[in-house]
Amino acid sequence: MIDQLLHLLPYAFVQDMLVAGVLVSIVAGLVSRFVVARNMSFAVHALAEVGFTGSAGFILIGLSPVLGLLTGSLVTAFFIGALGLRIRERDAVVGVVMAFGLGLGVLFITLYARYSLAFTILFGAITTVSQGDLMLLVAMAALTIVGLGVMYRPLTFATVDPVVAEARGVPVRLISILFLLLLAAAVAEAVQVVGVLLILTLLITPGATAERLTAQPGLATAASVGVALLATLGGILLALVTAVPVSFYVTTIAFVCYLAARLGAPALGRFRGNPTA
Amino acid sequence: MSGNGRSRSLGASLAASPSDQPAMCFDQATLAYDDRVVWSELSITVPRGEFLAVLGPNGSGKTSLLRALLGLAPLASGSLEVLGGPPRRGNPAIGYIPQHAGFDRDVPLRGRDLVGLGVDGHRWGFGRLSGEGRTRVEAALEAVAAGPYANEPIGRLSGGEQQRLRIAQALVGNPQLLLCDEPLASLDMRYQQEITELIGGWARDRRGTVVFVTHDVNPVLGYADRVVFVVNGRWAAGPTDEVLTSEKMSGLYDAPVEVLRVRGRIVVVG
Repeated sequence: MIDQLLHLLPYAFVQDMLVAGVLVSIVAGLVSRFVVARNMSFAVHALAEVGFTGSAGFILIGLSPVLGLLTGSLVTAFFIGALGLRIRERDAVVGVVMAFGLGLGVLFITLYARYSLAFTILFGAITTVSQGDLMLLVAMAALTIVGLGVMYRPLTFATVDPVVAEARGVPVRLISILFLLLLAAAVAEAVQVVGVLLILTLLITPGATAERLTAQPGLATAASVGVALLATLGGILLALVTAVPVSFYVTTIAFVCYLAARLGAPALGRFRGNPTA
Repeated sequence: MSGNGRSRSLGASLAASPSDQPAMCFDQATLAYDDRVVWSELSITVPRGEFLAVLGPNGSGKTSLLRALLGLAPLASGSLEVLGGPPRRGNPAIGYIPQHAGFDRDVPLRGRDLVGLGVDGHRWGFGRLSGEGRTRVEAALEAVAAGPYANEPIGRLSGGEQQRLRIAQALVGNPQLLLCDEPLASLDMRYQQEITELIGGWARDRRGTVVFVTHDVNPVLGYADRVVFVVNGRWAAGPTDEVLTSEKMSGLYDAPVEVLRVRGRIVVVG
């Protein structure tokens, strides 16, 4: 198996895939910290599922499925942002938009009449992404990382302490909308690796695992990125030498990390938050 | 403010130096959301270094008064000056302490991180606190004696400990005006006294101005220089003994209300 991997690694498409995997993991690790803290897993699901519709629609008219996914999730983010940012109404708005979006997806897939395509988008297969789309993915991920870097501090403030953040002049509403747009881009990227239905494995599990390990925000973010990297790169490499899809490995590695953190946390308990600044 | 005479004479030669101006001045100020008037024609001036208690029942617009000072709620009419200028969002000379709401047990945040957000949380970008920022965090933690638990996850701390960290977070920016929105709510008596003394002590030592929203005047009786009582869109302001009287309260509530003084506490019976 190792021999097989070493044989594959020099290929450009494998290297491109790994570069994309690294960038997507960094995005997923950063974003999942905020998805967990802001209770946005339902929104993530909606962004991904309507992304599926975008992807199917773009393929139907002969355009890039990656771009279609991005368009679908961005449009959804726009609707969620415009119709309801308050927690109370957000769940309902997300559900309403998601249901209609997915209905359109059914139409597109029926018109295209190739159900294997639906399987690929729903369960992910970075190994089938075209060279051009891989480059697009790398560019999108790099942009998302820059965007998150720019808003990281006020986003953290607005997430953990919204009342004081607003009093200190943080534009909390603007931050919510910007984060939703970045989240849409992150979803479109992570879907390429694990698919629409398994999106939460990259956008929730790393952040949830990190929370179990430390109370220090910087360390938690690093741990979250670490888990995402381990799961994504491990998944891609294992999938290259076996017949099982990437997403199975990614979900399994991520889940094992989470279980280990939960079971190991009591032992780590006395370290929770102990390291100074 | 002690030393008033000196600053007055300086003020005469330097025209209006900023510390000459009152900390805040509402003039015929009316606040309304859509068509609902919260309070109308409020006029009150608070000199620097004073402690103002804002009293009144729930929903009477006490928090809105703080939001107006923070530049988050524009007036419908009248004027408001804060620290010598119009209210503006994110004024670094204003510190803010919210109601104790309690953090989730598992939120990955330590006490010192909360205080650190008070230093640079509003700035765009990414990165650790500067060395100077860390020094200020240490000083603020020490000022509220929160050092021993500053590295604990904040969700595991008691309400009183969390509120001490809130005070450190508000004071780390070295403000001139401290706005406190029911900082004592859901705290037990001992913590209420500790938290009030920390805030009152800061005002005394640093000649800071405090606006303290509370539904119970008793914890701040020893600190408040004056009070403003708001109810049903009406208000009364002045020294505590002049505002909290049966006559004034009955007028505000438009119903017979009796204000009793029992063993150093004030009880309003309606």
